[in-house]
Amino acid sequence: MPYIPAEYAAVVPNIVNTGAIERTKVVVVGAGPIGLAMALDLSLQGMDVLVLDRSTQLTDGSRAICYAKRPLEIMDRLGFAQKMVDKGVNWNVGRVFFKDDPDPVYSFDLLPLKDQKQPAMINLQQYYNEEYTIEALAVRDSVEIRWGNQVVGVRDKGEHVTIDVETEGGDYQIDADWLIACDGAHSPVRSMLGRTFEGETFQDNFLIADVKFKKAHPSERHFWFDPSFNPGQSVLLHKQPDDVWRIDFQVGWDIDRDEIVKPENVTPRIKAMLGDDVEFEYEWISVYTFNCRRIDRMAINRVMFAGDSAHLVSPFGARGANTGFQDTDNLAWKLSMVDKGLAPATLLETYNDERLPAADTNILNSTRSTDFITPKSKVSGIFRDAVLQLSRDYTFARNFINSGRLSTPVPYPNSPLNTPDTELWDAGVEPGTNAADAPIILNGKDAWLLNQLGWSFRGLFFVGNQGISDTERSQIAALAAGKVPIKTLLVACTGTPVDNDLPTLIDHKGLVATRYGASGGAYYLFRPDQYVAARMKTFDQDKLRAALHRAIGSEGKYQ
Amino acid sequence: MNTRLMLDPNTPDPDGVYQMIIDMHKDLSEDESHAVNARMILILANHIGDKSIIAEATGVARENMLKCRHNNP
Repeated sequence: MPYIPAEYAAVVPNIVNTGAIERTKVVVVGAGPIGLAMALDLSLQGMDVLVLDRSTQLTDGSRAICYAKRPLEIMDRLGFAQKMVDKGVNWNVGRVFFKDDPDPVYSFDLLPLKDQKQPAMINLQQYYNEEYTIEALAVRDSVEIRWGNQVVGVRDKGEHVTIDVETEGGDYQIDADWLIACDGAHSPVRSMLGRTFEGETFQDNFLIADVKFKKAHPSERHFWFDPSFNPGQSVLLHKQPDDVWRIDFQVGWDIDRDEIVKPENVTPRIKAMLGDDVEFEYEWISVYTFNCRRIDRMAINRVMFAGDSAHLVSPFGARGANTGFQDTDNLAWKLSMVDKGLAPATLLETYNDERLPAADTNILNSTRSTDFITPKSKVSGIFRDAVLQLSRDYTFARNFINSGRLSTPVPYPNSPLNTPDTELWDAGVEPGTNAADAPIILNGKDAWLLNQLGWSFRGLFFVGNQGISDTERSQIAALAAGKVPIKTLLVACTGTPVDNDLPTLIDHKGLVATRYGASGGAYYLFRPDQYVAARMKTFDQDKLRAALHRAIGSEGKYQ
Repeated sequence: MNTRLMLDPNTPDPDGVYQMIIDMHKDLSEDESHAVNARMILILANHIGDKSIIAEATGVARENMLKCRHNNP
């Protein structure tokens, strides 16, 4: 049975009939995975959110099927990662094939990540992600989703954003404090505001067939370069839950897009690939051309862009949706703090400073993968084939094989929010980098470090096997009572008595200290998105106040 | 510029090295010669490892070729 996307009733708000202007806090345009995650995050940060989507159903196909560790960590902060991991396929073995050789030129085994809560990568249909996010949103009174509401006009008025909306029952206007455009690759909001979206379109097409096989296939990722069943092109086979398999055929530039997706034209390709006797049924067939592009600015006064509306990459490396979730992670706390008057508006400018370079890095990586997979010249093809043929016998060449570099978070080493190190650190997590997870014991139970971070500024104070002094205690209490509080957690060795006031994380495996390169007395300050803002080898309340000031956009280049 | 790529004589047997490179192409078609050159470049690039040295080498190779193309159209 093919997947049938959930349908929702088109909403015609009462205000259509009154002609009044609706006043609201935040409008998120687009109820795709990024818009929904954005809405959930902002709602959990305490803001009222209105989501507008022109359609009345969830996505009709599996689309984005790979979710990487950092987005899963973000979804865990938002409360629904476990559903993703429980349902998703956790794959480990990948094989790379070249031409007609039935033996792979190279196989790899992604070993499970040790002592971290989230896996490196899961495969899961996009519609499950959307369903889980909508379930989480449904119980929140501060979020309203209006299906069948199309944004047709956007004007930034300085003090607010005016939004024209069309519904099947008539038009209305909203004046919102903030607008976040998560309206996809063809973003109408981006066009309405006349922003540029520069980059390149790759002169190539990919045919996706999601199929259910009647017989079991191994849970492995298979990638073919130049096989005889798709000569001169690539093919990817990747598993999803419910026994659905993604088959992705590179099909070149000159194709008839209507003809190529017809099942009678896809079936011969699959039979050529897997044999005439293979039995399957279709779940979804689609064809796409990809672009590598990005918007000039992601935060422009009261309008912000996140996900595909801001940047497009090739699908190799699963950097599309995975990057979009990291946009929302970066933006939600900043918008919330600026909106509440806890941080200057300049904090929103750092969304550009941090996420534009991240987009550029993702575009660079996906362009490199594309150039390897689809060589643009004869000599480029010669090198690609040389790498593949060397790989069978020589391990060095395997590192050059690029069938997509899996999405990893892009750090922000040059962010103006970072407090640069003033001491020599030869290990640990640098300012501008996302927190490393580690197992801990909290209140006598197994727990994870990352679940103790996020939502507000938090500090890890490495106290070894000693407690804290009375002076330190009063200083920590003062930091926790500030306008922008810093909540301190103690990291202690096994056997250290739990503190009466402060949460005490028992580092029973010593991995927190190892991963943070921290010895007794060290202190790490984390932002609400779990990124390191500052670190010091010795707790110093003045340094911490300065670092906090900087991390909310009040210092550095914005001074 | 602090050149770390060796561009002064660096092998005691230049004739022998040159002959090995030519012999590598013995009895090969033109396409096969391109394929063996690519392998040779990849093997040496990995051996050198240091990206800044490889960047210098690609720069010198390309610049010299373009200069010669300009002089001898």
